[in-house]
Formats: sequence, structure tokens, C-alpha cells
Amino acid sequence: MDESVIDRAVYAELRATTGAEFVAELVDTFVEEGPGMLAELRAARAEGNAERFRRAAHSLKSNGRTFGAVKLTALAREFELKGLDADSTRDVAGLAALEAEYARAAAELKALRNG
Amino acid sequence: MAEDSSRVLIADDNKVNRLLLSRSVELLGHRVMLAENGRIALEKLQSEPFDLLLLDIEMPEVDGFAVLEQLKADPQLREMPVIVTSSVEGLDNVVRCINLGAEDYLHKPVNQVLLKARIGASLEKKRLRDQQKAMVRRFVTSEVADDMLQSGFALGGKRIHASVLFSDIRGFTALVESEGPEETIDLLNTYYTLMFDAIGSHGGVVNLIIGDGLMALFGAPLPLDDCAGSAVAAGLEMLELIGQFNHERSAVNKPALRIGIGVATGDVVAGYTGTQQRATYTCIGDPVNLAARLEAHTKVAGCAILIDDATQRALDGSVPMQSLGEVSFKGKAAAVEIFAVVVEQPAEQA
Repeated sequence: MDESVIDRAVYAELRATTGAEFVAELVDTFVEEGPGMLAELRAARAEGNAERFRRAAHSLKSNGRTFGAVKLTALAREFELKGLDADSTRDVAGLAALEAEYARAAAELKALRNG
Repeated sequence: MAEDSSRVLIADDNKVNRLLLSRSVELLGHRVMLAENGRIALEKLQSEPFDLLLLDIEMPEVDGFAVLEQLKADPQLREMPVIVTSSVEGLDNVVRCINLGAEDYLHKPVNQVLLKARIGASLEKKRLRDQQKAMVRRFVTSEVADDMLQSGFALGGKRIHASVLFSDIRGFTALVESEGPEETIDLLNTYYTLMFDAIGSHGGVVNLIIGDGLMALFGAPLPLDDCAGSAVAAGLEMLELIGQFNHERSAVNKPALRIGIGVATGDVVAGYTGTQQRATYTCIGDPVNLAARLEAHTKVAGCAILIDDATQRALDGSVPMQSLGEVSFKGKAAAVEIFAVVVEQPAEQA
């Protein structure tokens, strides 16, 4: 496993304070909700709605931080702070990177959840 | 743990955050309710009691800032403790939350140990505040307590138009001797319950209790449209309730209670007098002295309610009464005309 995707210390602390069973449930919820948040981000970009875009990025950042998904958090935070780019192709490229990182984080969280 | 359990409302639009916060708070032994955005949170706060709100900032429909603003503007909810839990960027946003009345700000993901300490401190503060308020309400009327909580405490008064009512129990000393102290306390408690009901239901506030006597204000601290009419109506209701109470007492061979009531109307200065350490809400002015004299004079005149000319004029014939002519009272330079309110019900039996 690639330890740079999920910070093990953050994940371990989450499990220690809330319980292994609960963390499993929380991971499942994140995996369920994640695609919706990414879709929201894409829709906001397509619509050119800055507020909606910022809020969706904020939500992803917040969840990424909870699980110690370091890169995902950083990419989402960048979107939140920067907002919509005047050049939409740059956002689209960024979104693809974010989605790829989300997929890696989700896969690793699933593996940790079962491990 | 059960009695320490508080009701905590969590407002967050993100499902993972809601689940995690709710788990964290439940692990501390509190009961949790959830709201998916600020609008739902406000609705819940308005419809049921909570001890604490954990509030996210970034939410659709109504965001956390707007929730804080609305809470601040709501007299019922302005003291609701709020801890903001957010991962919003920028120190200015944190400062904005605190300026809008949030007690604290915790960055997400919230550290469990910090959360426990902050929730504990907020709930303890609320408990002390509630206790203080309950205490204040026991010693002053709720109107005075609200006035004090809203405008703050300051010695000094303001001039207002009001009616003052004095009443006491006739032959109380003899009654105490015949009933014994414990029974007398019970009797007084029942008596005061009835009198407070009668006075409160007509918009008056009891601001002084001395032994078996009381002083009530109509028109202060909150203005009243018809203070004289309200005071006399309260007096009549007091007599009616005493009549019913005497009926119960006569069934167990207890002597009847008789009360005398004096009402006077005019300009008074109402406010807090005393010192910064110990003060009382009261009312000073000619009507206060006159109402006390009229109450004392009911014994001489042999009637239940005596009122002054200003009260009589304000009633404008709406209540049957009869002039008893002019009477000279101690402390008054000129004689004043007084009136007896005609009491129809047999409140004056025995």
C-alpha cells in the first residue's frame, strides 16, 4: 500500500477514538457520498457557479482531512481557495487529477477498513 | 451519566461530518439531534429545547453565519451556546463567528479531547446561567428579571404613569396566634398563590411582600393601557378568590380571611434602588403612599377596596363605586376625596 495516500497516524487515531466498527461505517458513507461530491464539483464548474464550486471543494477537503487522505485534501483545498479558474480547461484537468486521487483514497480506505 | 446527559443539536450538511460528530458527542454521553442545514437547525431550535448547538459554517440554504445572526436576534435563543465546528479557511471567518456570538471555534476534524473540554465548559456555563436566572426569578417578578436581563442593571428610575395596589390580611396577628407558625406559613403560601394569580392575570406585578401584606404595580416595568382599570379588576378578583378560599376554610371550621385593598394612580418613579451589591425594583411617589394609606383606611371605613380620585376618574364609571367624601391622611397636606368600590360578591362574610 502507498502510505502517501492515507496518513496512517490520522486513520489510526480516528479508529482509536471512535471505534473500528464505527470507522468502517464512516468509510462506507464516504465511499457512497464521494462520487456525489465530485459530480457536484463538475456540475458547478460546468455551470460556472463559483459558490457551489467552492462549497463542494470544501466538503471534499473536510472529509479528506478526517480520514487523513493527504493528497485528496490538498487538491480539494486548492480548488476551494482558488475558486473557478478563468480558463475552464485548467479546472477540468485539475478535476481529473482530483477524481483519480479520490479513487486511490477510496480504494485504500476500503482496504484499511477490512484490514 | 443519565442526569449529565444534555441535548446537543448538530448542524452540518456533510453526511460524514454529521456521523462523526454525532458519534463523538454520543461517546461523551449526550443525546444528539441532527440538522442538514441552517434552516432545519433553526426550525428545530425554535420547536424544542437544546443545551448546545454544534454548528458548521459552509451549508446550503442558510449557512452558519446566518444561523448565528438569527440566534442573536431572537430573544428566546440569543443565549443558546454555540460551538462552531468547521474547516472554513481564514482567521477572519473564525473572528466573524466569535463576533456573532459563538462561544468557541473548533477546526474539523475535531479532536475528541478538545471537543469534550469545550462541550463540558459550554454546558457548565449554560447550567450556571440557567441557575442564576431561576434564582433571579424567585426573588423578582419575571418581568423585572427580563427587563434586567435585556437592559442590564442600573440604579435609578424612570417616571411612569402607574397604579399602585396595597393589600393585607385583617386581624392577621390573631390568626397567627390561633393557627400556629407552620399552619400560618401554609396559609400564607396559599394566600399568596391566589393573590399573585389575580394580580398577574390583570398585568400587574407583585414587587413587595411584607408578612401578610403586598404591594403590586400596574404599568411598570411594562406599560399597561388601562392601569387603573386593571388594578381595580385585580382587586375584585382577589376578593373573589378569597371568598372561594374562605368557603373551603369554613368547611373545616377555620376562620375566614379578610383583606383590605387600597389603589392609587398617578406618576411614580420606578427603578432599582439600593446599592450596586443589593438592590430592589421598586416604585416611589405619591400614589405609593396614598395606596398604603387607603389600604389602612379600609379598616376604618369598613369596606374592602378603597381608591383615590385619580383611579376613580380613570375608571370613568365602569365600576360601581361610592364617594366617601374627603379624608385627611397622615403625610398629606390636603384632604383627599376617596371612593369605595362596591363589591357585589359575598367576599366580606364573617
